[in-house]
Amino acid sequence: MTIGIGGWGSRRKPMSLVREIIRSKLKDLTIVSYGGPDVGLLCATGKVKKVIYGFVSLDSIPLEPHFRIARQTASIEAVELDEGMLQWGLLAAVHRVPFLPTRAGLGSDLERNNPDFKRIQSPYDDGETFIAMPALELDVALIHMNRGDESGNGQFLGPDPFFDDLYCLAAKRRFMSVEKIVPTQDLIKQASVHTLRINRTMIDGVIEAPNGAHFTECPPDYERDEAFQKEYAATAKDLEAWEAFKKRYLDVSSEKEYQEAVKSR
Amino acid sequence: MSEFTRAEQCAVAIAECFRGDGEILVSPIGNLPILGARLAKLTFEPDILLTDGVASIVSTCQPIGGAPGPEPIVESWMPYRTIFECVASGRRHVMMGATQIDRFGNQNIACIGDFKKPKVQLLGLRGAPGNTINHTTSYWVPNHSPKVYVEKVDVVSGLGYDRAAALGPEGSRFHEIRRVVSNLCVIDFGGPDHAMRLVSVHNGVTIDEVVAATSFELVTEDVGETRAPSDAELTILREQLDPNAIATKEVPG
Repeated sequence: MTIGIGGWGSRRKPMSLVREIIRSKLKDLTIVSYGGPDVGLLCATGKVKKVIYGFVSLDSIPLEPHFRIARQTASIEAVELDEGMLQWGLLAAVHRVPFLPTRAGLGSDLERNNPDFKRIQSPYDDGETFIAMPALELDVALIHMNRGDESGNGQFLGPDPFFDDLYCLAAKRRFMSVEKIVPTQDLIKQASVHTLRINRTMIDGVIEAPNGAHFTECPPDYERDEAFQKEYAATAKDLEAWEAFKKRYLDVSSEKEYQEAVKSR
Repeated sequence: MSEFTRAEQCAVAIAECFRGDGEILVSPIGNLPILGARLAKLTFEPDILLTDGVASIVSTCQPIGGAPGPEPIVESWMPYRTIFECVASGRRHVMMGATQIDRFGNQNIACIGDFKKPKVQLLGLRGAPGNTINHTTSYWVPNHSPKVYVEKVDVVSGLGYDRAAALGPEGSRFHEIRRVVSNLCVIDFGGPDHAMRLVSVHNGVTIDEVVAATSFELVTEDVGETRAPSDAELTILREQLDPNAIATKEVPG
């Protein structure tokens, strides 16, 4: 199964949904992401077969340490893209075309690392050569928004919508967690119509998950939990610490228990 | 002329990379590049656009390291999807880092060793392939050494002049690597076939020192001395942009 995960690095990630995957029987997943701890956690818990990524970073910690281990032990298959190409692949899927032409990647080792990516020549007089970035078709998209209504309209209140709408439009099934479900008529009271980036045609299921992006940031509702992130990152270097972290935060029966464990630190 | 630190001279050398850029987005990655870009904006290149590092273009120049500064003035919105459009349209000059760089400017920030099972996974390709094929790029190297300036990089993230040329005229159409600034010197690509050429050494650095810290042959004719900061630039750096001298942590001396 190919799952696209919205957000960016350690920002507004649908972490409650990621934690639900960790508690599930799902495995051998292909993850498409501007990756952060979503990718690191899924790699560390053995859920991942392949990652298609623009990068995997915790922002204030430049490289996701659990992802780094996965790469260095070759426990996952890696499709490393130029950051802009990931957007382009999603957009191709959104438009239901098999590829979109791009200059990004031409001449770099991205081509050597992805020999199945083909070049294409412009059919017009310019005859220029491009990389045909294949469409990134998703089985499932997971995103987290600040607000939403019961029918699946979603609202971002932070500074950046990232690419969450593209993930949803590129996927067959789309699930959105939100900090708070509000009545439809209240959506526009909170912020301008421009923040209503997600409409209900893009969403199949919505769940209220307060603090659901934890420990990534979800402004203006909350900042990144840097202390928790540091604790998480440190577990990549210490097996005992990882086991303790896993027991305390991941081997729990529900998101509610996770949130309680976080509160009682 | 006033005394200045190595970090201050590096900031000036970085600022000089952006001279003549005009009204484009300048994306400096790392403390010294940010310092240099803001210095350029406050002196000879006032039209360049700088972001707040999140999703806003700000017309004010804040000090680095979170020191108190002027109230930021937001002049536009630039979320990530707009950045990629800006990259593709070419109205941008990025200054990236380089874990490895070769004499034609091929840069590696992806990994050390084999891509399939790297010895060390680094940042990944990030935006380097798209940046270098679409618009002007410069590099900042805080620790000039033979391990960074290598004969051959393990993975080509940002493409150098030989790779761009191999693509034919369309590869070179928008490709420009303007300069590589390090803690020792300023390099451009004015050598034969766009090979690295030593332009200037920083105060107190010898040409031999640079040659010894570089794994490949550098063109070293007509090497000058990197421009010293003016008193006005030193005042801006010390009073406005880096009041806590954070840059000296990256480049001591």
